[in-house]
Amino acid sequence: MEPLVEPKPTTAGTLAATQDLFTNFYTFEGVVRALNGVSVVIRHGETYGLVGESGCGKSVTVRSLMRIVQAPGRIDSGKILLFLNEANRTRGIEIVDRTEAYMESIRGCDISMIFQEPGAALNPVMSVLDQVGESYRFHRMQQMIDETLARLQESRSAMRPADPRRALRRLQAALLRAERAGYARYAARVARIDNELYQLEDRQDEKARDRKRSLNHARDRTWPHGGGASVARRVPILRRYRRPLDAIIRGHVVELLRSLGIPNPENVVQRYPHELSGGMQQRIVIAMALACHPTLLVADEPTSNLDVTIQAQIVELIKELKRTSISSVLFITHDLGLVAEVCDRVTVMYAGDVSETASVRELFREPLHPYTVGLLASVPKAEQQEELSMIPGAVPNLIRPPQGCRFHPRCPKRMEICEREKPATVEHEPGHWVACHLYPGNGRSAQ
Amino acid sequence: MSRTLVDVRSLKKYYPVTGGVFRRRIADVRAVDGVDLSLDRGECLGLVGESGCGKTTLGKTILRLHTATDGRIYFGQDPAQVESVEAMLRSTDPAERTRGRTLSRTMDLNRMKGRALLALRQKIQVVFQDPTNSLDPRMLVKNIVAEPLTAQKLVSAREVESRVLELLGIVGLTSDHLMRYPHEFSGGQRQRIAIARALATSPEFILMDEPTSALDVSVQAQILNLLKKLQAEFHLTYLFVTHHLLVVKYISNRIAVMYLGKIVELGPTADIFARPLHPYTRALLSAIPVPDPDTKREKIILSGDVPNPINPPAGCRFHPRCRHAREICRTMEPPLEKADSGGRTVACHRWREI
Repeated sequence: MEPLVEPKPTTAGTLAATQDLFTNFYTFEGVVRALNGVSVVIRHGETYGLVGESGCGKSVTVRSLMRIVQAPGRIDSGKILLFLNEANRTRGIEIVDRTEAYMESIRGCDISMIFQEPGAALNPVMSVLDQVGESYRFHRMQQMIDETLARLQESRSAMRPADPRRALRRLQAALLRAERAGYARYAARVARIDNELYQLEDRQDEKARDRKRSLNHARDRTWPHGGGASVARRVPILRRYRRPLDAIIRGHVVELLRSLGIPNPENVVQRYPHELSGGMQQRIVIAMALACHPTLLVADEPTSNLDVTIQAQIVELIKELKRTSISSVLFITHDLGLVAEVCDRVTVMYAGDVSETASVRELFREPLHPYTVGLLASVPKAEQQEELSMIPGAVPNLIRPPQGCRFHPRCPKRMEICEREKPATVEHEPGHWVACHLYPGNGRSAQ
Repeated sequence: MSRTLVDVRSLKKYYPVTGGVFRRRIADVRAVDGVDLSLDRGECLGLVGESGCGKTTLGKTILRLHTATDGRIYFGQDPAQVESVEAMLRSTDPAERTRGRTLSRTMDLNRMKGRALLALRQKIQVVFQDPTNSLDPRMLVKNIVAEPLTAQKLVSAREVESRVLELLGIVGLTSDHLMRYPHEFSGGQRQRIAIARALATSPEFILMDEPTSALDVSVQAQILNLLKKLQAEFHLTYLFVTHHLLVVKYISNRIAVMYLGKIVELGPTADIFARPLHPYTRALLSAIPVPDPDTKREKIILSGDVPNPINPPAGCRFHPRCRHAREICRTMEPPLEKADSGGRTVACHRWREI
């Protein structure tokens, strides 16, 4: 079957898209077919929701998107496209085949993630300062060295010409400049490799494949060593030349925590995760994700382990950040109430399939897919009087998923065709996509 | 038979915090700090609050899985007798108080021993939060459900299996499931097994300790409907502990809101949702995300976290987070007082004004 993709990912404004993604987990009991051809599109400037029950593949989808699917999981086929900046906005960057080093340069910088359980996402033996500051160290070293050099210049020109500290300052500046040069060389080399890979992306011939492989190897081997300062960085006394960098990082982190509404950030940065409450830990995780001003913030059930009052605080914070500093948010949750409150567009997933995609209003007003209808009806409402309606049965085992439409064993509107054929995703109304045999395509399904 | 089934009087549960070389008791975690609560037969009382507010501890203390530090729990006692004993305990005469204590020994679940306790255990059951942890992974479903029956020696060995089958049927499982282990079931089915086990001794009272919070929404609806059906069928009394307010709204007749070891508001479900009186209840209710994109409500966002129960704030425990706090809230602890004729009580100095 020809893979059917939701809107064309080249539509203006797309930020990230997956096309017909299959991710499988090769476990001892068998192959868990976690994603069964998932296509989603996240646009610039929107809050996009991914809802579904546990095991429906929503977390696996974003983990694939970030390329952090853990073994024994593997992305087996499909495309993941990123349209991060003007240069690649027309065609997008395909990241399934990119190197780990390339992904590292994107993760935490352009796309970053808030994990579900703050207690598990934070490293217990690193202080808050080190954890939040890590992003700056990793992605922003060059800028910070520039900043430090400017400050050194200033303080040196304020000194008397005979001051002996001037010589020390000069040495410090020299080492920093050497390190800076190392980073610049690294950046240039990486940019060259990435550029060539981007050019080769669509070519499938033998020669191009070999070249791609060797470029990927070269990319992995490249590392920002300290340039001329690499020795000094390892000698305890000389290492002090980097102290101004630490001060800058500390300043950035304190400022960031303050902007997230954490009281007394100077004190909090010295603490370790276990000393903080759950809500505070989640704020630290958010701070880590926000450190480098990502274009896309992925929030994987950011509030599911928190109390309602703390949840309200965190949700309010994410909404505020969406208004002020980040372009798009990918919000994963199983709570339909939160979806209604936070998201612009939603995708409902079931057992590794995309069931329905629509704007929030549309989805709640007129759900099309029987699963969405059942899901919405089984949430207790504020004015619930009559008996809760429910979906019979349970989520299927994905080692042996049902044939055809994966929802058919639980579906109240099951037809004969559902057991045989996987339904295509069709645009039932403009912007409202659904994958169900009840809604046969009317010509708008294929692209 | 009296209307009241469970009557809890000024119940306290403190956990000691030890320190120093000799592990001396240096402080107490006041998990439950003076709770009065009564449950009528056949009702479902929802107990809501944030994590760490003591709702689970209160439930487990009522079951006597924990022994209370202080206070009395009367289960199925004659209310007139309970009142007379309570009156004795309150009296100023020390001899009278001693007499009250002696009398209450046979009535107070918290001080019962031996056979009397065993007999009561049969009437009190529990369903825990996470069925993955509350079912023994090395026992067959058959034995899990039969265990209360054999422990209480309720049926002869011959009849056990038919009773187990009957119980499984009640919760919607079949004889196919008898010879399986818990790991072979989905979360919802596991919770059904746990419910069957709780029903085995034909209890009068079941503590539901967040029975649906580990389940998915579609399965949660199944379990909630099952619990409602069982309650009507067997005339059960539930204490439903949860932090999910819409679930409580669906299943409970009355709601008790807890904050830091104390009940701050108690009343009929519809009344509380229609007109919450305590500022904390208001904040809780306004924080519920409503599954409807068109309703835009004004939210009350509480600042800060729940304070440490080792050293709770003086006066009203909610005052550091309350936007209506006045001088009196900082110094004097508000008593739980009657707010209307509908059985609503609230612990706030200023509920009339705000």
